[in-house]
Parts: sequence; structure tokens; C-alpha cells
Amino acid sequence: METRAETKTDARITFTLNGESRSVITDPDRPLLDVLREDLHLTGTKYGCGEGECRACTVLLNGESTPSCLTPVGSVNGQPVLTIEGLAHGDKLHPVQEVFLAEGAFQCGYCTAGMILGVASVRQKNPAADEAEYRAELQKHICRCGGYPKYLSVIRRLAEGAQTEKARI
Amino acid sequence: MTPASSIKSSQAPDPEYDLQHPLECVGYDFGLSRRAFVKGLGAGLCIAVSLPVLAQERESGQRSRNTFLGTGAQNLAARIHLGTDGSITVMAGKVEAGQGARAELLQAAAEELRVPVSRVRMMLADTDMVPDDGMTAGSGTTPRTVPAVRRGAATARNLLIAFACGQWTLEHAAVEVRDGRVVHRGSNRSLDYADLARSVGTAKLFQQAIPADIELTPIKEWKVLGTSVSRPEAHDLVTGAHKYPSDIARPGMLYGKILRRPAYDAKLLSIDLAPARAIPEVIVIRDDQDDQFVGVAASTSFRAERALAAISDTAKWGTTPQSSGPRPSGSKPSSKDLFDYLRRNAEGGPPSNPFANGPSVAKTLRRTYNVPYIQHAPLEPRAALAEWKDGRLTVWTGSQNPFGVRGELARAFHLPEDQVRVVIPDFGAAFGGKHTGECAVEAARLARGAGKPVSLRWTREEEFTWAYFRPAGVIEAEASLDAQGKIATWYFININSGPNAVDTPYSIGKTDCRFIPSTPPLRHGSYRGLAATANNFAREVFMDELAATADSDPLAFRHAHLANPRLRAVLDAATSHFRWQERANRKDPNTSVGLACGTEKGSYVAACAEIEIDRQQKKLKVRNICEAFECGAIVNPGNLLSQVQGATIMGLGAALQEEIRFENGRILNASFGEYRVPRLEDVPELDIHLINRPDLPSAGAGETPIIAIAPAIANAVFRATGASVQALPIRI
Ligand code: FES
Ligand code: FES
Repeated sequence: METRAETKTDARITFTLNGESRSVITDPDRPLLDVLREDLHLTGTKYGCGEGECRACTVLLNGESTPSCLTPVGSVNGQPVLTIEGLAHGDKLHPVQEVFLAEGAFQCGYCTAGMILGVASVRQKNPAADEAEYRAELQKHICRCGGYPKYLSVIRRLAEGAQTEKARI
Repeated sequence: MTPASSIKSSQAPDPEYDLQHPLECVGYDFGLSRRAFVKGLGAGLCIAVSLPVLAQERESGQRSRNTFLGTGAQNLAARIHLGTDGSITVMAGKVEAGQGARAELLQAAAEELRVPVSRVRMMLADTDMVPDDGMTAGSGTTPRTVPAVRRGAATARNLLIAFACGQWTLEHAAVEVRDGRVVHRGSNRSLDYADLARSVGTAKLFQQAIPADIELTPIKEWKVLGTSVSRPEAHDLVTGAHKYPSDIARPGMLYGKILRRPAYDAKLLSIDLAPARAIPEVIVIRDDQDDQFVGVAASTSFRAERALAAISDTAKWGTTPQSSGPRPSGSKPSSKDLFDYLRRNAEGGPPSNPFANGPSVAKTLRRTYNVPYIQHAPLEPRAALAEWKDGRLTVWTGSQNPFGVRGELARAFHLPEDQVRVVIPDFGAAFGGKHTGECAVEAARLARGAGKPVSLRWTREEEFTWAYFRPAGVIEAEASLDAQGKIATWYFININSGPNAVDTPYSIGKTDCRFIPSTPPLRHGSYRGLAATANNFAREVFMDELAATADSDPLAFRHAHLANPRLRAVLDAATSHFRWQERANRKDPNTSVGLACGTEKGSYVAACAEIEIDRQQKKLKVRNICEAFECGAIVNPGNLLSQVQGATIMGLGAALQEEIRFENGRILNASFGEYRVPRLEDVPELDIHLINRPDLPSAGAGETPIIAIAPAIANAVFRATGASVQALPIRI
């Protein structure tokens, strides 16, 4: 699928978005955040500061938790990008989403998608990640509603789950 | 000082104060010459105009109760819609900003309708569709809107019973309603709400007013209320499907940007718009009646930003001359000389302590406490999408005041209110910081100029600069102790930040507690708990200093002055769970404990804090907070816990980090990089105890849990260092 008309500075950027190949023709300097939200209509990725401080805009770029507000869309050419919309498989939520849901880990929820992706990246890189590894990721995210205790319950549950899993093996 | 501007200790704090005091709307007016409506605030850095109506109200001391409380549902049809397909829709004018109103109101409806929560759809805050339940502010949803929804639902249930009994010619006592059906016990016949909806006379019955005295389900029989019903929107929050105001899109929509003044008192002298006009897919918007307004709308926000940058570079700025109105004394302050400035400009000057020359007392103590401006900094900055169609305006935005914003838009564009529709999707938090509609008005101006729907999303910097702040304040406190070490007289004056919780909850013979307005240099407004954060901080810190002066333990000293049983109960709960005596007696030079309590808006809170002090590094870390909270009968324990946790953590930010710095009309720390808000590692161990009082009506809970945090920490610092804390944020 292609979007937008070509102008002088525009370039064609092709990347894998949520498992599907997508092309956009646009100014490569535009933040990935804007392109996701405005051109591709994936609004689950949020703007909170535009300065890399809040991580409401988190996406997984090559599996790494990345602030899309500081990522020029040109730089993701040829790379896999995962947004919150691509985490679930159809109606089946990703296990991290399940835990957030079970813990009721959100107030306004504006930070939640970023938190979920941050946690998912830790888990994907190390399924046996402990609480400290999850904490290091969550430390980058702001929840202004102060929902951290719930987010802590989430990562404890995931870390403990990993321990039980390990014990079984 | 006019009588309306101070609140004497004999008067109960006014829950509607949020409205008359600090709300300074921007007084846009696009129908008449702007000048004719402008009333200069003469308030230093203040935004140049204030809403004329509001300004007049403030002068005459009147208050507009309607905006705050709303008109409520005029009839049952305005509250509840029954579909012939069995659907049930309940309508309320409240907004959901993360505080859990949607779930609570759903519980209220389900309880009285006797249906599972999954059967009810809750429609909130669309001015075309829902009744005006007033602002979502002042912890009002629980004590006012929950009962209003319950009354509507109970009325509908009674109609269902009456309908069935009419059909079956039975006495009401022979039937019961369960699981959304009215059942005749004898014959097991049943009818449901869809049957009622299909019945011919129902529409007429729904035109009746909801009886104010309709009988509600007693608290001890609650099945849905009082339980931790989870948020109906939860699934959409974890999948990213939920559409926040900044996510709403309309066909043909453009993205807007507004040219901002480089300083609050800057005036645009000239600008060259050609560079923006040269960029394709960009529309530049000017306003004939307002030479200060420049906006752009473009096919992407990146393009809009580029266009704005291209013309901002050409802008020439001057300074607005001091307008009419009360002239502040002294030059415009920066955050450094803010507190002197507020004192100097206190209306009528700070009053003197009427007890100063009273009969001789054993000891007196006098202190001044300073509380800075802080920002709500909701994670979603202000956002609005405006669309004009056939002269009618629709705006989707995040605001706590849907009908107020509708009024603002109607006034700004000289439209009858029914030509304006305001829709508030569940949005990314507010904390008292989104009572106004400035972003909605701006988006509507852009959309009118562009001839297309325009989405305007404020940047973080705009939110930090152009939203309003929690008022800064100076509190003067003076008390005397008698020979027994009890407080004999108490004088407590809040300058500028507001009257909430200015009265002492302690039993003291003679008190003089007052709020005195000043001339705020920044635009200020509501906040979580508003001035109760400042007043309770000063009072509770002062109490500890008095306790020390009286050679008493802070807990014993409070007990000696505390008659209010509810406040005593939370204090006792917090101190016993915390093991106050044991921890207070521990001798560790780098660890300390402090406590504080307070009450506001009908709920009660006490907190104990344990801190760790690094004297060399001048650093402190909060290790543990134990808080007890009581707000009557608990409506949703799970949500209440979230609110208390959230308020506690927000309170930590205000206690330790948050402070707006400004100079020459500019905010110096308008970013999350420079204005630090609490992060995960700042969160101490939290031990929260919710005290349920099913014998008491439910009070709201979104605000009060914040007010004991800063003083508990400050008191721990005082205990450790012996140096009194007299300002926020706390520094050692
Ligand atoms: S919006 Fe990207 S880090 Fe805040
Ligand atoms: S839930 Fe509101 S910012 Fe985290």
C-alpha cells in the first residue's frame, strides 16, 4: 500500500509494519510517530513530549523499544516496526497485554501502549527477564497518573512467571 | 479586600470555589471588536484578556453555580434510553480522564436497574446527547452524579415493575426485578426492559422528571456498587484502539499550529506570511479582528510545523503596554522574587494577627511558607478537532468542562449554544488542569479559516506554557501555646493560592483562617485538591513545629487537638499500620519519619513517611509511605486504590521536584527533561489502607489523598535535621 503524493523532498520508504510490508512516499525527516498516526492511521502510538522523555510514543524497531517521536521515518527503511496495533494476534491478546488487562494497569491509559511495548521488548529479548530488567525499561516511561504500582505488579507477575517456568524445566 | 474575597473561618469552605476563583478563561470574541470586550487583567505576565462575564462575576462576588453543578437531567429520557432490542444506554455529562468515572457511573446504573454491568452502555460528555451534570471537578462525580444516575435508574426500574404489574394485574409486592427482568414469583412469568421499551405508553412516562426522593438501594444491599468493577474501556486501552481527542480524525482534516508569543507580554508587530504560503498544502489563517492571531493548517503536522517555523522567523515582536485594571506593585516578578511579589500585592495587604496583643501566653511561633507554581502536565497535552458544517460547530476535545467549553465556543463565535456540539472522548488525564476550552477555540478558529476540519494538538512546551498552573501561594501562620502546651490562638493566612482546607480541622479556641487573593503573575487555575495542597502542607508542618515547641510528640500533640472522629480514625490507622512509635524511636541518623493528616471535600487522609537522608549530598529519598484514607462508603475499591496510589505519587512530585521557573514572561523549564515528574524509581514502598464506612454517604476521592504527602515528608526532614521546611519543593 502506498500513501501520499510525491514532492521534491519526498522519498519512498518501505518497512515492515506489524508484519506487513508498507511503503510511504514522504519527507524522510518526518518523525515515524507522525507517519504512523497521520498517514497510516495507527493512533495507538501517542505523543507525550516529542523529546524522548516520556516514551508514550514507544514502538519496537528491530525488537528494540524506541521513541518514535525522535525517529525520522527515513531511518526505518527496510526495518521491522511493531506498534501496539500489531501486538495481538487477531482477537488473541499478547501475553503482556493480558497481564496489563488482568492487573487493570492503566488510569487514563495514555502511557499504557508505550509501557506494554516496552515490557514486551524486554520479554522478547529475554523470556526469563527478572524484575530489575523490566524496571530498567519502565524507568524510561512516564505515567503522569502515577499508575506505577500497577505497572510494578505487571512486571512482578511476568518475572515470577518466568521463574516458575524456569523451575519447571 | 472585599467581603467576597476572603473566607472567614466561620464559613464552611465552598465546594464550588473552583469556579469563581482561579479559572481564567481566555476571552476570545470573534464577533465584535475585540477591544470592546477586553478587560485587561493588569496582572503582570498574565494572559492579556479574561472572560468578561467571569471577571464581572468576580467583581460582584457572584458565582455561577450552573456551570459547576450543571442542570442535571430534565427528565428520565435525558438520563436513560431503553432500546426495543434490549440495549440500555445511560447518559451522563461527566468525563473520563483516567479517574474511573465511567466504571463508577456504570455501577450506579446497573445497581439500580438490577442488570449486570455488561448490559449497560455508558455515554459520557457529548453535549448533544447527555444531560449537563456540571464540570468533572471538585471530586463531584461520586457524591453528586452517582446518586443522580442511581435516581434515574431506580425510576426506570420502578416503571418496569409498574408496567409488569399493570400487565399481570398484580401487586408490586408480588414481583421482583433480577438480572434485568421483572419476575412474578408465583407464576414465573417475566418481562424485561425491552418489553417496557416496546410498550406504547413508555415514551410519555420517560418525559417525567426524575423524582428527587426516589428510594435507592440501601448501601448494605449493594451488589454492584461497592465492588471492584473493572473499566469497561480496558480492552481498548491495552490494544491501542481507544481514540483519545488527539487521535480523532475527520475526512479532509488538516493539522493546525498556532504562532505563539515568545513571552507572555509580547505583542506581534509584523510578520511576513509569504514563506508559509509558498509551501504546498498549507493554509495560513489570519483574523481581521485580531492582529495577534496567526495560525497555519496543513496536510501533515510536520508540514504545519515547517510552515510555522518559516514565518515565525520573520515575526517582529514588541511588548504589550500595561493595560488598565489593578496595577501590581513592583515590576513583574520572576520565580525567584515571586513570593515577595505575592505578599506585596495581597489585596488590602496581609491582615495582622488579631490575637497578637491578647492575654499573655506561654509561647508563640510565627512562620511563612512558600508554595510554587506547578503544572498538571497530563500526559496527553490539550488537543481539539473542530469541524464546521452548515454553520454548526462540532469540537472533539479533552476537557473537564464539556458544557462550559460549549459556552466558551458559543460566546467566542456568537453562536446560539445549540449550534455548538462538544464531544469529550475519554482523554489522557487532567488533574484539574483542563477546565477550559482554549485549545477548542483555537481549533475552531483554524477550521473556520481553513474551511476544513482542523486538528490542533498542543505540544508539551505549549502545554507547559499556555495551560494554566496550580496557584503559587504564601502562607503566614502564627500560633500561641498556653502553659499546658495547647494551642491557644491560631492565625493562618493564605495569600493567592486559595481557600480550600484553609480552616484548621483541629480544636483550637481562637482561630482566624483566611484566604486573600493577590495579583497572580501567571495564569492559574484548579489542581488536584487545589489550595488544600498548600494549606495542608503549611498547617501540618506548622503543627510539627508547634509540637516541638511544646516539647510534645507530633502524634500526641495532634491527638490533644483532635476531636473529629473521622480524622482521628485515619490518623490512628496510618500510625498503627506504620508502627509509628516503634519507628519514631529508632535511632538511625540517616533515617527519619514524619506524619501528617487532613480533610477536604468530605474525605479524610493521614500519611506516615519514612525517608533516608544523605546529608553530604543534600539528597533525600522517600522509602516508605503508609497512607490511610476514608471517603465514606467505598463505591469501587479497586479504582479507589488506583486513585489513592496515583494521588500519592503525584504528591511526591509536588513535594520533592516540581516547580515552575519563569523569568521575563517565559517559562524556563517547559519540558519533561527540565520539569521532572515522578518516575518508577521515585516510587517508595506504598502501604495504603482504605477505610470503608458503609454507614456514611460516599465522597469523592480523586483529590484529598494528595494533601498529606508533602507535609509528612517535610516533617520527616524536620525531625531529622531540626531545620524547619518552609517551602515546596522540599530541599535539605
Ligand atoms: S513523545 Fe516520544 S518520548 Fe515522549
Ligand atoms: S495512565 Fe495516565 S499517564 Fe499513565
